[in-house]
Amino acid sequence: MESDKGKAFRFGDDVDTDLIIAARYLNTSDPAVLASHCMEDADPSFAGKVRAGDVIVAGKNFGCGSSREHAPIAIKAAGVRCVIAKSFARIFFRNAFNMGLPILECPDADEIADGHEVEVDFDRGEIRNLTTGKVHQAMPIPPFMQELVAAGGLMAHVKKKLAESSPSC
Amino acid sequence: MGMTITEKILAAHAGKKRVVPGELITARVDVALGNDITAPIAIDEFTAIGAKCVFDRDRVVLVPDHFTPNKDILSAMQVKKVREFAKAQGLTHWYEGGEAGVEHVLLPEKGIVVPGDLVIGADSHTCTYGALGAFATGVGSTDLAAAMATGEVWLKVPETLKFVFHGKLAPWVEGKDLILHIIGDIGVDGALYMAMEFTGEAIEALSMAGRFTMANMAIEAGGKNGICTPDEKTREYVKNRALRKPVYYASDPDAAYARIIEYDAAKIEPTVAFPHLPENTRPISQVGDVTIHQAVIGSCTNGRIEDLRTAASVLKGRKAHPDVRLIVIPTTPAVYRQAMDEGLLATFLDAGAVIGPPTCGPCLGGHMGILAEGERAVATTNRNFVGRMGHPKSEVYLANPAVAAASAVAGKLAGPEDL
Ligand code: SF4
Repeated sequence: MESDKGKAFRFGDDVDTDLIIAARYLNTSDPAVLASHCMEDADPSFAGKVRAGDVIVAGKNFGCGSSREHAPIAIKAAGVRCVIAKSFARIFFRNAFNMGLPILECPDADEIADGHEVEVDFDRGEIRNLTTGKVHQAMPIPPFMQELVAAGGLMAHVKKKLAESSPSC
Repeated sequence: MGMTITEKILAAHAGKKRVVPGELITARVDVALGNDITAPIAIDEFTAIGAKCVFDRDRVVLVPDHFTPNKDILSAMQVKKVREFAKAQGLTHWYEGGEAGVEHVLLPEKGIVVPGDLVIGADSHTCTYGALGAFATGVGSTDLAAAMATGEVWLKVPETLKFVFHGKLAPWVEGKDLILHIIGDIGVDGALYMAMEFTGEAIEALSMAGRFTMANMAIEAGGKNGICTPDEKTREYVKNRALRKPVYYASDPDAAYARIIEYDAAKIEPTVAFPHLPENTRPISQVGDVTIHQAVIGSCTNGRIEDLRTAASVLKGRKAHPDVRLIVIPTTPAVYRQAMDEGLLATFLDAGAVIGPPTCGPCLGGHMGILAEGERAVATTNRNFVGRMGHPKSEVYLANPAVAAASAVAGKLAGPEDL
């Protein structure tokens, strides 16, 4: 995967899916619409400020709450390169991998502040904070999930499988 | 070394003799569920990879319940897409109009989920079915799409946290209070990636409704699934409903647990979770003076007939406070009819309640009871996140049905014994 730099947008612990995308917008799954309301109830100015390549940094349990895939869709469509957090809620974790939004679990996420410039190397799981000069190591991604990402997400994986078994109705 | 009930169900569905925590498995699913919010994305993904037919038309279950009866044009378009897919695929379990209900109450009620099942649902509260002694977990739309096509799901075998409730419950204390107590204790990520197994004398004494409430909120502690050991009550519950043959599993005495946490049930009071996290719990005796503007009794957590009976027993002969909008939502047509037959609806109407159709409605701030800026609601639902029931500056207090009903009467947070 490529490595690139972007600005950190900092959020706290337990950022829930209602903050990422409020339920009032769930009557659509249009990525552009969802992106325009991304993080709205946490920071109404976020969608206007975020630029392609920026990263979201948060504390523990990011993405807790609902199973709505609208949450990672909104984040991805907003141009966010990846989410770095101390830990992720499990459904959000699955969803992110299944749909190819890179996420990094990093115990030192707290050392990255709002506005810091960071560079991420996905292959090595390294987060370089260009503002502080520190390098943080993220948790390794399990091999099965690396395969999922390499296959282009879960559906690409399934497509291959279906083609091999060629089921009929 | 023995296995936990969760490990046994996962092993059986992965075609293995045993599984261990941390292991990644591909498992066969008995039921795959989607709703009006999550199914449209899954259907798009299913179609995009060229999948033609679902793996089993009896096992893919689609229930529009979040914004239904459709609240606006966009929601109607979403449901239309799901309806057309359900019809084209010839799905056995598609529920709409007068047959629709809140998914997690409807599926057990109709016997679609049975003990021993492995269920995935593109809805985080799919964990509710663990009350039956099934493994059930919430996933995303992509997982649902994959399961619809293949009948399989990838899972990491979770470690298990065991919660033992000794002793007897105090009056007005029920499943909701036990699970809120747990979440208050271990926090909203206290069971992250883990199975939560509920056992002990107080759990055995709970009704199936109370157990559904507990398993329902496993996700509020970050859990992968919540699970109870099936017993006589479970068998009684599924006897005339189960559409398939149940398999009854129980944990081995020498199963390994990440942690065993024990509580004295008798010491637990009715419990309220303050905004904006389910872990901000306080016993009812310590809630202080909190004025409320709305009380909601319903949802997949506490909208079953037992819950309505409890609420009605508090509201009988009383009226909601003039400054409180009381909203009661029976969760399925069967619950609605039963409440009518038992005269509960009359009690609610006499108390000044609005009675909604079976729907998620205000639980997720969808419709039929949205809060304005600065308003507070007490609700029998499961989440009190910022903006969950409406305006980002509104507040939700989570409680059991007796507390919600009593608070509606008092106009502020109160227990039934405070009236
Ligand atoms: S009642 Fe609430 S928590 Fe339950 S499925 Fe509906 S929106 Fe989700």
